[in-house]
Amino acid sequence: MAEQEKILEIKNLVFTFKTYGGEVKAVRDVSFDVRQGEVLGIVGESGCGKSVTAQCILRLNPEPPGFFEGGEILYKGQDILKMDNKAIRKIRGREIGFVFQDPMTSLNPTMRVGAQIEEVFLGRTDVTKAEVKERALEIMKLVGISDVEKRYKQYPHELSGGMKQRVMIAIALVSKPSVIICDEPTTSLDVTIEAQILELLLELREKLGTSIIMITHDLGVIAKICDRVVVMYGGKIVEKGTADEIYYETSHPYTRGLMTSIARLDTNRGDKLTPIEGTPPDLFSPPVGCPFAARCDYCMDVCNQYPPEQYMLSDEHMTVCWLQHEMAPDTEFRRTKGEAK
Amino acid sequence: MNVDYNAEPLVQVKDLCKYFQVGRHATLKAVDGVTFNIWKGETVGLVGESGCGKSTCGRCLIRLYEPTSGQVLYDGKDITKLNKEEQKEFTRRVQMIFQNPYASLNPRMTVKEIVGEGLKLQGMPNNEIEAKVQELLETVGLNKDHMSRFPHEFSGGQRQRIGIARALSVDPEFIICDEPISALDVSIQAQVLNMLNRLQDELGLTYLFIAHDLSVVKYLSERVVVMYLGTIVETATSEELYANPMHPYTKALLSSIPEADPRRAKASQRIPIKGEIPSPINPKACCRFANRCEFATERCFNEIPQAREMSPGHIVACHLMEQ
Repeated sequence: MAEQEKILEIKNLVFTFKTYGGEVKAVRDVSFDVRQGEVLGIVGESGCGKSVTAQCILRLNPEPPGFFEGGEILYKGQDILKMDNKAIRKIRGREIGFVFQDPMTSLNPTMRVGAQIEEVFLGRTDVTKAEVKERALEIMKLVGISDVEKRYKQYPHELSGGMKQRVMIAIALVSKPSVIICDEPTTSLDVTIEAQILELLLELREKLGTSIIMITHDLGVIAKICDRVVVMYGGKIVEKGTADEIYYETSHPYTRGLMTSIARLDTNRGDKLTPIEGTPPDLFSPPVGCPFAARCDYCMDVCNQYPPEQYMLSDEHMTVCWLQHEMAPDTEFRRTKGEAK
Repeated sequence: MNVDYNAEPLVQVKDLCKYFQVGRHATLKAVDGVTFNIWKGETVGLVGESGCGKSTCGRCLIRLYEPTSGQVLYDGKDITKLNKEEQKEFTRRVQMIFQNPYASLNPRMTVKEIVGEGLKLQGMPNNEIEAKVQELLETVGLNKDHMSRFPHEFSGGQRQRIGIARALSVDPEFIICDEPISALDVSIQAQVLNMLNRLQDELGLTYLFIAHDLSVVKYLSERVVVMYLGTIVETATSEELYANPMHPYTKALLSSIPEADPRRAKASQRIPIKGEIPSPINPKACCRFANRCEFATERCFNEIPQAREMSPGHIVACHLMEQ
């Protein structure tokens, strides 16, 4: 892949919620970047911090109880964390769009669809009302909504789930953002509709050159549309790389566990699935060492005591696991840099 | 487990209909003329998109809903015509695991009360219940320390285990699993699936597994029933259905499954399926899939297709199959 322009860079992000029960360390030292026109997947189980990370980019988490404890989020070179509210509002929804998980609850039931799509232009003096409407209708057509004039005047309850999700995407896209963040956009939809929405996202990326951050727990969705993948667990990144590297040269036991624990179409009846035993760590008191150590079949003494180092296996492929250390026993996960498979 | 397909089926569903009146002139036909059998010891998968009537169908089987017409025979007897004694026995033999483990457990009852409720109703003396509950919790991978806790103290996977223990408490032979894993995390799903498989081997259970995830259904089931908008479009053994789907809807559904393999996923061509599932209110008397089907002919819009057996055990309801 050619070196593309980095649109968004997240560096050593630490985000904590302070609650009566103690501090929840939701995001612990996460770094990744998003490039022009790519689809970046963030995958992990619920509670791994993937949604919080994404919401941090737009400062959508209420502060307090949330606090940024460190790190930088650079959007086109500017640090979002240092901006005041006014500056963030210029970016939020305009430069970076957000598609929420549940289209049934994230649309306003008392507003017409058209008005919700146009809402992002509210308070802007450089466009006229007619231009805004034209733009809204155009974007509705683009996301595959039929009969736009009629839909424009309808309320969300008059639309089906797939249609509502298209409206959500239209809202995110209407001001031609350079990045859209999709937080599990297809989880509540049926497979046939899910396939339609994913194809739509890819098509829009082609047409508009928008970068997409795709947050999901479904490895099938990742495989279908993502160029690069970040795997998160317990508030940390455990592995990142291109989609091919993650799927075919898996080098973290957690990623492997995710893949072997799902029933796939080519899994035979009677084959035993290998689940990841146990449950994710408690982020009130995250483990000192590797977050996955307690559930890992390959766990060594060092894993419980020290957080693993980052190992670069290729230009893109990074894994955070002690198994890559030269003193670790030889396992299937061991890769050396530059090794082609 | 070996299934004897020559024996009389354990559950026979004959032309089952369940309509809901939603207005003076509007009838929602949730289940409309559904016929299938379940034999002892097998797992039947019931798949379809949301709103296709699969859960309603499951609920009719356990008499949570009274069917509008048609029959459900359990062990040869019509379940709507049971007397009080037989009804009590029926509820012991047939149990259900619900979709949402956050909503299906009473938050004000302890685990012991939840799991022991069925036993109490079946007349088990109090002193025996505790030992039985403990045994059940161990079967599903929890322990006796959990007995006095409340549901909110458990994670989703653990709650689903409690739901399964509750279903198992009265020694049922037939369990209806209504999307038991769809609310769980990926890594937890496999734990529950493996447990359901193990319990079937150990206790000789029969399952009706309702799900929208076709990969999971293929993994678990001997036979699969595909529903679309209240009707069955295709029934076949799971190998046959996935290797040789015949109904255009089944084909489209199978090709929509996202595959967890980037090279194959990016290369695979999806059979396009237009639009979305239409409303089941006052449907026209024609093939329900006609308006989304790329092969639809005039006949499809005018006549209800009859189920035909294309090969032994492979039943398809589509006009195209006649040629």
